[in-house]
Amino acid sequence: MDGIKFIKEGFLTTIQDLGRYGFQKFGMPVSGAMDSYSLKTANWLVGNPRESACFEITFQGPEIEFHCETVIGLSGAPMQASLNGNTLQSDTSYRVFRGDILRTGIVQQGVRSYLAIAGEIEIPEVMGSKSTYLRGRLGGFHGRKIEAGDEIAIKPSGFSDVRQLPYEFRQFFSTSQTLRIIPGTEVSYFELSGITSFLTSEYTVSPQNDRMGYRLSGQAITHKSGADIISSGITNGSIQVPGHGQPIIMLADHQTVGGYTQIANIVSVDIPLVGQLKTGDKIHFRETSLQEAHDLIEKQEQLFKNLYLL
Amino acid sequence: MTEYNTQILPSGDSAILVRFSEQISESINRKVISFRNNLEQINLPGIIETIPAYASLMIIYNPLIVSFKILYREIKEILDKTKDETLSKSRTITIPVCYDSTFSMDLQEVSQQTGLSPAEIIKIHYSSTYRIFMLGFTPGFPYMGETDERIACPRKSTPRQAVPEGSVGLAGRQTGIYPIESPGGWQIIGRTPLKIFNPGSENIFLLRAGDIIQFKPISISEFESISKTQ
Repeated sequence: MDGIKFIKEGFLTTIQDLGRYGFQKFGMPVSGAMDSYSLKTANWLVGNPRESACFEITFQGPEIEFHCETVIGLSGAPMQASLNGNTLQSDTSYRVFRGDILRTGIVQQGVRSYLAIAGEIEIPEVMGSKSTYLRGRLGGFHGRKIEAGDEIAIKPSGFSDVRQLPYEFRQFFSTSQTLRIIPGTEVSYFELSGITSFLTSEYTVSPQNDRMGYRLSGQAITHKSGADIISSGITNGSIQVPGHGQPIIMLADHQTVGGYTQIANIVSVDIPLVGQLKTGDKIHFRETSLQEAHDLIEKQEQLFKNLYLL
Repeated sequence: MTEYNTQILPSGDSAILVRFSEQISESINRKVISFRNNLEQINLPGIIETIPAYASLMIIYNPLIVSFKILYREIKEILDKTKDETLSKSRTITIPVCYDSTFSMDLQEVSQQTGLSPAEIIKIHYSSTYRIFMLGFTPGFPYMGETDERIACPRKSTPRQAVPEGSVGLAGRQTGIYPIESPGGWQIIGRTPLKIFNPGSENIFLLRAGDIIQFKPISISEFESISKTQ
């Protein structure tokens, strides 16, 4: 059987695609890659469709033995990596053969790296997606993170080219990011001074950051009267502010409904940047318009379409 | 109550929130559900999914397929049509619940808080029907209301680390069912043997927002025999 075997598990590796849509009405989170941009570039490296499932590697990578002949590529946070002892570059694809050993180390910038394998990771789809939802213990490989000893079947696509991601698609992961936002559904619940704090001061990523969301600390954002609302739907990249005034960015595994005021939403093209921030990193928010947010989505879509024509 | 103007608000660049009210009421939730049903019927390309809540509907869309402007116009049109509250019929679903002390860990605490005997609390709980206002918190968890004022009780001051799957609880004027074992602070007064969340099956979620729930008391032996069929 074609597949791969994990010799070492690393810090946290899960299988993710672009997420599980259509079930939020039942309270099912979407999940999917925290940095969906890098998942797509990783897939391009190995000739996969953009939305294919990859291994999302967090902080420190696994060691993998290949029991198949295929092509692999790493994108997202650059990390130490070698194939049979030879150094691998990020954003570049390589051929692998039976018995080859991929060793990955600690990320050098950013947080999350994506390993794409030409072909399919052969696990069942759960509600239309291969994404792992850890809290619900479903999707991915038996609903859990990858552990040493796991053997996972791979169906190689037959793709055998090696590629480098064009320069204009590469990312540099800084420890400080400016994220563009558009005002949220409860922006009118905040004092003007609270909104000013939010837009002009610096926020720090607190240790409470995971696939569900990032809690930030910084200048408190003040409400007019209260922080609680009747629970309503929330979306990826929305920024909630509970009573203590410290913002929380909702991310891939966020719950579907919440009862805190939402001050703003991060524009779609900037959400992947959040998943590359770690404890202590800095964030500034900058307001933009809905129109610009939509233009950015279209521009990025066009870029990816062109990339896939290469 | 003053007239509330329904608001249509962008929630980021890929979602629109339609907010009907800032209060919880059955008639508002009915509006949310009829609006959702009407929206689903037109099957507009570009709408990915919707999330109904107590008094609002979140509509997730793909801006590459449908523009905000067009979606906004469609929503307005459907809202106008939904005004008369022509109700789509709700499903009524019977959920068997075993209130035996084996499962009803907090019945004594609720009894102390309400001054009612456990038997009275149980009877009051299964004697009404409840509306599912929304699902959330964990996959498939139904928020149902409103419960009789006499059995209203606060959440536990210290939430449990692990509430068993199927547990039926009270919190404020609401009642709910834990679809999977999870942490939680609701007062547990019974357990259902029905699997309301079944990721492996074709019918993954037994319940949906807008359903009417009728609880039916069962014995431990009935609990066990139903468990086997799940």
